[in-house]
Amino acid sequence: MNQFLAQHGNEILEATFEHVWLVGATMLLAIALGVPLGIVVARKPWLSKPILGSANIAETIPSLALLGFLLPLPWLGDRADRLTVTALTLYALLPIIRNTAAGITGVDPSIREAARGMGLTDRQILVHVELPLSVSTILAGIRVATVLTIGIATIAAAVGAGGLGEFLFRGLAMVNDQLILAGEIPAALLALGADLLLGIVERVLRPAR
Amino acid sequence: MSDPSKAPSSGEVIIEFRNAGYRLPGGTALLDNVTFTVQRGETLVLLGRSGAGKTTALRLINRLVDPSEGEVLVEGRRTVDWDPIALRRHIGYVIQETGLFPHYTVEKNISLVPRMEHWTDLQIRTRAQELLALVGLDPALFLKRHPHELSGGQRQRVGVARALAANPPILLMDEPFGALDPLTRAEIRAEFQALQRQLGKAIVLVTHDTSEALLLGTRIALIEAGELKGLYSPSELLHSDEPVAAAYAAQLRALERFAQGEQP
Repeated sequence: MNQFLAQHGNEILEATFEHVWLVGATMLLAIALGVPLGIVVARKPWLSKPILGSANIAETIPSLALLGFLLPLPWLGDRADRLTVTALTLYALLPIIRNTAAGITGVDPSIREAARGMGLTDRQILVHVELPLSVSTILAGIRVATVLTIGIATIAAAVGAGGLGEFLFRGLAMVNDQLILAGEIPAALLALGADLLLGIVERVLRPAR
Repeated sequence: MSDPSKAPSSGEVIIEFRNAGYRLPGGTALLDNVTFTVQRGETLVLLGRSGAGKTTALRLINRLVDPSEGEVLVEGRRTVDWDPIALRRHIGYVIQETGLFPHYTVEKNISLVPRMEHWTDLQIRTRAQELLALVGLDPALFLKRHPHELSGGQRQRVGVARALAANPPILLMDEPFGALDPLTRAEIRAEFQALQRQLGKAIVLVTHDTSEALLLGTRIALIEAGELKGLYSPSELLHSDEPVAAAYAAQLRALERFAQGEQP
């Protein structure tokens, strides 16, 4: 065990950082896209089916197959990290879109009516009322998406984008439990840590009711 | 019969309905061919059953909906010619569930519109304190509370304070005291009568409660199934032959007889 860590410690650390980088970039992108899309879904019912439908379909494609689909695309296929982050983002979108939309449509109609009646513009209602009131629902979606992404990000190794998946694939190929665990354990710890951290953020930001 | 508890109206017409109607996209009329005026300093009560179209009438005034027929004028200008945001900031709106923002303190709830109208911090703070005192809540105790820390009656008072924040000349109230227990309701009504005298605004108040209509209204508009059945002073309503008005009066008299029967 000690010998294994002495030999692979740096490698594990490096892969963990790579993993965090992939997940971080994915989540930033997924939030930047998913929250506005969620708002659109809540505001424009006729767009909700196509948006949620597409996100649902992306969710059902196996991750390896999705990477395969994206590989021939011009700019995306050029670099493994771009490719991976794009694929991961497609997976992370659904929970974020769905929860953002649910949070906004879940705002008490009498509160929205009062806000409109007071002369708030649609944008002001969104910024001052709807988003603050749906913050915990949206964060719950981000939390789910993050944990999900940490797991799926192991697939990055399949296209050479690094991350903790390297150990999994190598371990599987060499039938080496230690190598598998060297990928698995840090990934599990990352997922737990992210879950805990986002749970705390959620509690801090939750509006008083 | 002049009632000293009611502010005299100045005769200046603030709100006018001219054959106004509103239909749903499917064609169902919620309000049909309604004509009346509201003057400064007067409280017009819209009395009717649930679903009679009272709330729709209010929403026509602050342009939450546009009339399908006829027109509604606010200060002489058709609502459809007003910028809806400017119009709504010009009108205080109190709804039954209060619609207080649960994530804001009482102070932030009250000062939201003034803040959007770019008042200074000092003006905003002074106004919030002034308004809480006006509706009978101690500013020192209540400014920093959240709505969930208030009783129903207190929430209702904050709702009124918030509607008055930017000092609008018009106040729309949609069953503002409906969700309260009878005693708190009587209390707030009495305070509201005092407020009416102080404020001199044009007030339109929606209720389905006959005694509330008689107590608070300078005039009462009877609305039934989307139609205006008549405009009455409180004493006229009690003696009208119009079937709907007579039904309300009879219901009230039955209560009165019961109360008298109980007393030796």
